[in-house]
Amino acid sequence: MYNFDLVRPTTIADAVAAMGQEGAQALGGGQTLLPTMKQRLASPETVVSLTAIGEMQGVCISDDGKLCIGGATPHAVVAREAGSKYPGLAGLASHIGDPAVRARGTIGGSLANNDPSACYPSAALASGATIITNTREIAADDYFQGMFTTALEEGEIITEVRFPIPEVSNYQKFEQPASRFALVGVFVAKYADGVRVAVTGASEEGVFRWSEAEAALGKDFSASALEGLTVPADGMIGDLHGSKAYRAHLVGVMTKRAVTAAA
Amino acid sequence: MPKDHGIGASPKRREDLRFLTGNGNYTDDINLYGQTYVHFLRSDVAHGRLTSVDTSEAAKMPGVVRIFTGDDFAGIGGLPCGWQVTDKHGQPMQEPGHPVLAQGKVRHVGDPIAAIVAETYEQARDAAEAIVVDIEELPAVINMKDAVKEGAPLVHDDLTSNLCYDWGFVEENKAATDEAFKNAAHVTTLELVNNRLVANPMEPRVAVGDYNRSTDDSTLYTTSQNPHVIRLLMGAFVLGIPEHKLRVVAPDVGGGFGTKIFHYAEEAFCTFAARQIKRPVKWTSSRSEAFMSDAHGRDHVTKIELALDADNNFMAVRTDTYANMGAYLSTFAPSVPTWLHGTLMAGNYRTPLVYVNVKAVFTNTVPVDAYRGAGRPEATYQLERVIDKAARELGVDPIKLRRQNFISEFPYQTPVAVVYDIGDYTATMDKLEEIADLSGFEARRKASEAKGKLRGLGVNCYIEACGIAPSNLVGQLGARAGLYESATVRVNATGSISVMTGSHSHGQGHETAFPQVIAEMLGIDESMIEIVHGDTAKGPMGMGTYGSRSLAVGGSAMVRATEKIINKAKKIAAHLMEASDADIEVKDGKFHVAGTDKSVAWGDVTLAAYVPHNYPLDDIEPGLEETALYDPSNFTYPSGAYACEVELDPDTGRVTIERFSAADDFGNIINPMIVSGQVHGGIGQGIGQALLEGAVYDENGQLLTGSYMDYAMPRANDVPFYAVDHSCVTPCTHNPLGVKGCGEAGAIGSPPAVVNAVIDALHSAGKTHITHIDMPLSPNRVWTAMNA
Repeated sequence: MYNFDLVRPTTIADAVAAMGQEGAQALGGGQTLLPTMKQRLASPETVVSLTAIGEMQGVCISDDGKLCIGGATPHAVVAREAGSKYPGLAGLASHIGDPAVRARGTIGGSLANNDPSACYPSAALASGATIITNTREIAADDYFQGMFTTALEEGEIITEVRFPIPEVSNYQKFEQPASRFALVGVFVAKYADGVRVAVTGASEEGVFRWSEAEAALGKDFSASALEGLTVPADGMIGDLHGSKAYRAHLVGVMTKRAVTAAA
Repeated sequence: MPKDHGIGASPKRREDLRFLTGNGNYTDDINLYGQTYVHFLRSDVAHGRLTSVDTSEAAKMPGVVRIFTGDDFAGIGGLPCGWQVTDKHGQPMQEPGHPVLAQGKVRHVGDPIAAIVAETYEQARDAAEAIVVDIEELPAVINMKDAVKEGAPLVHDDLTSNLCYDWGFVEENKAATDEAFKNAAHVTTLELVNNRLVANPMEPRVAVGDYNRSTDDSTLYTTSQNPHVIRLLMGAFVLGIPEHKLRVVAPDVGGGFGTKIFHYAEEAFCTFAARQIKRPVKWTSSRSEAFMSDAHGRDHVTKIELALDADNNFMAVRTDTYANMGAYLSTFAPSVPTWLHGTLMAGNYRTPLVYVNVKAVFTNTVPVDAYRGAGRPEATYQLERVIDKAARELGVDPIKLRRQNFISEFPYQTPVAVVYDIGDYTATMDKLEEIADLSGFEARRKASEAKGKLRGLGVNCYIEACGIAPSNLVGQLGARAGLYESATVRVNATGSISVMTGSHSHGQGHETAFPQVIAEMLGIDESMIEIVHGDTAKGPMGMGTYGSRSLAVGGSAMVRATEKIINKAKKIAAHLMEASDADIEVKDGKFHVAGTDKSVAWGDVTLAAYVPHNYPLDDIEPGLEETALYDPSNFTYPSGAYACEVELDPDTGRVTIERFSAADDFGNIINPMIVSGQVHGGIGQGIGQALLEGAVYDENGQLLTGSYMDYAMPRANDVPFYAVDHSCVTPCTHNPLGVKGCGEAGAIGSPPAVVNAVIDALHSAGKTHITHIDMPLSPNRVWTAMNA
């Protein structure tokens, strides 16, 4: 690890100011950034820790009935506190990494990093969540822009994520055997106005919506509605742990399982 | 009523208290006054010519003490190889040099190019980035069969090819074996890969070199399974330091699994550099470094053929194996695919003819050497897989086919040189059928199928040669070391005992189990006995711990030394009681005069030995300390039968282990709890190999599985609750405890059981065209095989 300055602001305003410095890098729970820094693959001059900002912590329900999660809220807190309100999301949070990861890793950090195998992006996209930053509100459909790429501007901080709560939902993760990240993860959320299906882990473009499945499930929310539907292997990630064809196949399997579990 | 002390009892492991409370003393816990830190700049290309290493800017960086390159080791010995294999033409293997730091060429990703010694570790890393290395990249040789083709790039320019040796065993049997195949009623052929593994002990390797200017003594603290061997190899062959000026200490070691047997460049470097800069030098491996510098294991590509007669009797086995040596010969690498592998190819079966061919090959990969089981898992896997395949082809029950061919009379001279002294393979198979509840399998299969899963049952046997090894025999086979073990039993004045053993405990529980033996012999409390190990300054020359040898060889040395103690103590007791020493009996910590009520306590005898006021000084010397070195007359042959039941999700190809049962014959058992733990751990590693682990290089020699993001280690939820049994006991006939060793069995016996079970599951669903899937049987591989 290279030397760096650490600042730990207690307000969003102070964090935004700190992020304005040359070479500043926001730090959530550090589950990606710190290993990268230890490997000397990242060398921020100033690390701006967001974990001491009270207004970015916690889980609540907004007046319009949405689930609001502070950007610096650890997965374990979401798992514990969102359970009665949005069980599908709490279930996802409770299976990210291991207890140590869940104690430190944050929802804002996960969404800002947008690892193609991370769990949270699928929930945000399938829920049609709103990503709230220090400057604006971004719809999930506009936010995810490919592997490790998002709509965030330089220095922009995710302060909150707002989830419309579905009627039913479920997340099914098929774990990569080594990292236990999602080899393929599918989040299915059924709302009064339709079904949304988001897939993580599988695509070279990062998290994506499977629109054919959404249309089919919108008419008939059952696993059998998905019979015969496939995603093309072309464009899937192919690596040691899963070929393109295998990932494409798993998208179908995991979607069916998520629907069955949710229904 | 189980015993509560002595042989056969299961006291909790006394060493666990310090391990579990953070009070262990590992090498990284050792910090010396004035200590410096070294960082190794390692090659990021697999094969290249080093044209220049410019350290001039780096040397000016803050905190840098000195930077070393290969040039600093000119005229100094390279890392030695401890075993010379003779090829099938009677010629010695090709043996390349192995410099401490790369000289002229780099030969694998991770090959150390320069060593930066600095005041802090981070300063050393900073300086490493300022070193300018110029490498002319050469084509890498990764695939073994390509490496031995005509015109392949040479890993070592001074060798004639990348072939280390072409070994035939037993060469005299080759013609008869080939003839048997011509006359066979049935031949089963199987081609398979024994996947390359990275040992991944919880504690990475660490070395601290120290030098004492006033005495000219060097000390190396290191994560080793055999500190005396390191002292000999490094002192005599690399650095030229005689034993009396070199001390090697291996304190608490957090797991070895073989990869901490070998003498590594980093150890030699820290010892050498400490002498140069006259300050301690410390290196602590990162996990990433471990992946590219710890010797890997396995990595065999094999074709095996089994010939059977019309009655399904095994007639002959013929194998053709390519064994990866990596870029250099690690300390014992040549012995693993040969003498630890070919000699086990008879397995548990009466197979009159066996011919094994092994081509050992240099490639631009990390060196490969012994890993838990070392050669014996490779032998067991191919043999037990081909037998299973034969049973399917012949339509016979795989257990019945094995039983029919079991060796049943002992001693048994195999066609592959070794003589099994004793065993009872029918007994362990009977026991397995009982503990695995094989009669209930069909009902469990139906239950699995009812929830949409396939269920498979895999069964296999194993035998291993442990208690390594008779020195005169291994000397004939090319070992450049003896393989005895030593023990000094030091009885102190008040009766407490320190045992200096050459065995090394790095998780095996010697500190608990060894005292149980002496407590049994003397009838004293185990708490009076302490095991001292891991320091060449404290005990006699010993050979260390590997090959399931500690109790069978080290324990036997301890028994022999304790017998000498008893003989002397009897003379002292006889003197104290004015009796004849022939009449003295040892019981419950006392010396009794047979047939009388006269006795003297252990403590009174030991005190007399050190305060010899009333003592037979004319007959014996004061004191009570004895040393014995034990050299076994044969290997020991643990054996057993294993069963695995898997569930397979046909939608995803994911395999889960539902039941795993092991019936082992380890001979006599000292501590059943520790033995069960060893079997559990071994099976866990075997399941890891079968389902999860695999080191993979790309064609350029980059390690694709260089971290836990891509190298899949087994975790607690990957393994089931095991049913293990070691009540089948045929005591070893040639060591005083009748013990055989248990450390490697689980890792040897389990991979074929898992793979056999998966094939069985697939066949139950009509996928009978799938006769083999190479390990690791990842979901991707299984699904791909199902959908090919």
